[in-house]
Amino acid sequence: MLSKALDTYFIGIENSYQFVKQYFKQAFVPPFHFQEIIHQCYEIGIKSLSLISLTGFIIGLVFTKQSRPPLEDFGATSWLPSLMGIAIVKALGPLVTALICAGKVGSGIGAELGSMRVTEQIDAMEVSAINPFKYLVATRVTAAVITIPILSFYCIVVGLLGSYVNIHKEEATSFIAFFKSSFSTISFLDLYTSITKSIFYGFTIGMIGCYKGFNASQGTRGVGKAANQAVVTAMFLIFIEEVIIVQVANWIRYY
Amino acid sequence: MSEKIIQNEPVIIIKNLYKSFGTLDVLKGVDLTINKGENVAILGKSGTGKSVLIKILVGLLKPDKGSVIVLDQNIAKLNEKELNALRIQVGFSFQNSALYDSMSIRQNMEFPLIMNNKNLSKTEVAKAVHEVLEAVGLKDKMNEMPGDLSGGQRKRIGIARTLILRPKIMLYDEPTAGLDPITCTEINNLINQVQETYNTTSIIITHDLSCARETGDRVAMLLDGKFAKIGSFDEVFKTDNEQIQNFYKYNFIQ
Repeated sequence: MLSKALDTYFIGIENSYQFVKQYFKQAFVPPFHFQEIIHQCYEIGIKSLSLISLTGFIIGLVFTKQSRPPLEDFGATSWLPSLMGIAIVKALGPLVTALICAGKVGSGIGAELGSMRVTEQIDAMEVSAINPFKYLVATRVTAAVITIPILSFYCIVVGLLGSYVNIHKEEATSFIAFFKSSFSTISFLDLYTSITKSIFYGFTIGMIGCYKGFNASQGTRGVGKAANQAVVTAMFLIFIEEVIIVQVANWIRYY
Repeated sequence: MSEKIIQNEPVIIIKNLYKSFGTLDVLKGVDLTINKGENVAILGKSGTGKSVLIKILVGLLKPDKGSVIVLDQNIAKLNEKELNALRIQVGFSFQNSALYDSMSIRQNMEFPLIMNNKNLSKTEVAKAVHEVLEAVGLKDKMNEMPGDLSGGQRKRIGIARTLILRPKIMLYDEPTAGLDPITCTEINNLINQVQETYNTTSIIITHDLSCARETGDRVAMLLDGKFAKIGSFDEVFKTDNEQIQNFYKYNFIQ
């Protein structure tokens, strides 16, 4: 006989699977709530822009600053743009965006849907013959899948800009020379991998936020729990996805 | 209450209904038939399954056993499309109103209407919103947010939101819970007014005796998962049943 905790764990996995399956069943079948998708894209994208800008820029700047001393020892500071290109395009840009969005967007979706669940607003939709899954979940997940790759790309650009500011100050490198050097080591496979990663991250953040919020219980305590679990679970899955996608990309590269 | 004609035409038939949550048996063989135009108040202590019963009527919960026939349709046998078509005809007023916090009162009214009638013009939608808000006496609150309203106003708006789809049946879940006596009387009058104006059949879930007396043509007393007594208010409370007597005394003291 399985213990209660183990039962709960496997029931959770089954429920998550059903939730994801439900998304694919409903998101691509009319009626489509385009207006709500656009509204959610605005909520996720535009409202995260300032945070992404600041974080992306600082990461580019600080990472360049920190990487300079070891390269200086070998007289290899001219490699800095290439190093930053690899670091920001391949890893930092998508990952930082995903982590920021997991915190800001994931918790927001978890709390919003959680409070709608405990105050019976989701039930109110259902009894008004409105499909709450389609209106609330499908739109938010789709918006996250569309918006987070765009934010990632934006974060990459801002991060490289931060890096350029530091390199230009220290080495007086021109804008064109910096970007030529940065992208010299980046292939299209790297860009595709980054975009693919961001699509997976967007799906994970949207899905986990919606799942936790949609299934919230126990009143206001449940809302806090949903928001918290949305962030923790999404971040955990993002790191796992990062490892898997990098591994798969490397197999493709060397095959 | 003014005299009204209740037609001998059942619109809700509940037969031998059972519902449990884990090891907790909530409903243990509930039977009830409600005729067209009738207001039935279901009384009972908290946790006796009153809300569970009406949630089963709209398919929010599934019964373990028994049958529920609403407007000649067996709830258990309906597919999603048929269930939604039925839900449009059944208005559900929630205990805490369940207004959409992120929408204004106007948007709260428009939302179910637009989602169910994509072809309506802006003028038709505005007219319908105007009409239901006037019916509940809150036309001036149209542009406010739910958070700006009092408890009584929220209840009224909740009722207006269900009325906008012109339901044939109204289900009220604790309509007077948490309200002062004057607002309770206003809500009771509104329930009766809705019945007269829109010719609805209603179930009023309550533990408030004055609400049951003022709104119910019949009162059904839910005890231990079954209806212990169904009849007029006076018939139900003229009884030797100790639990029913205690319920009456407790409400009287309150």
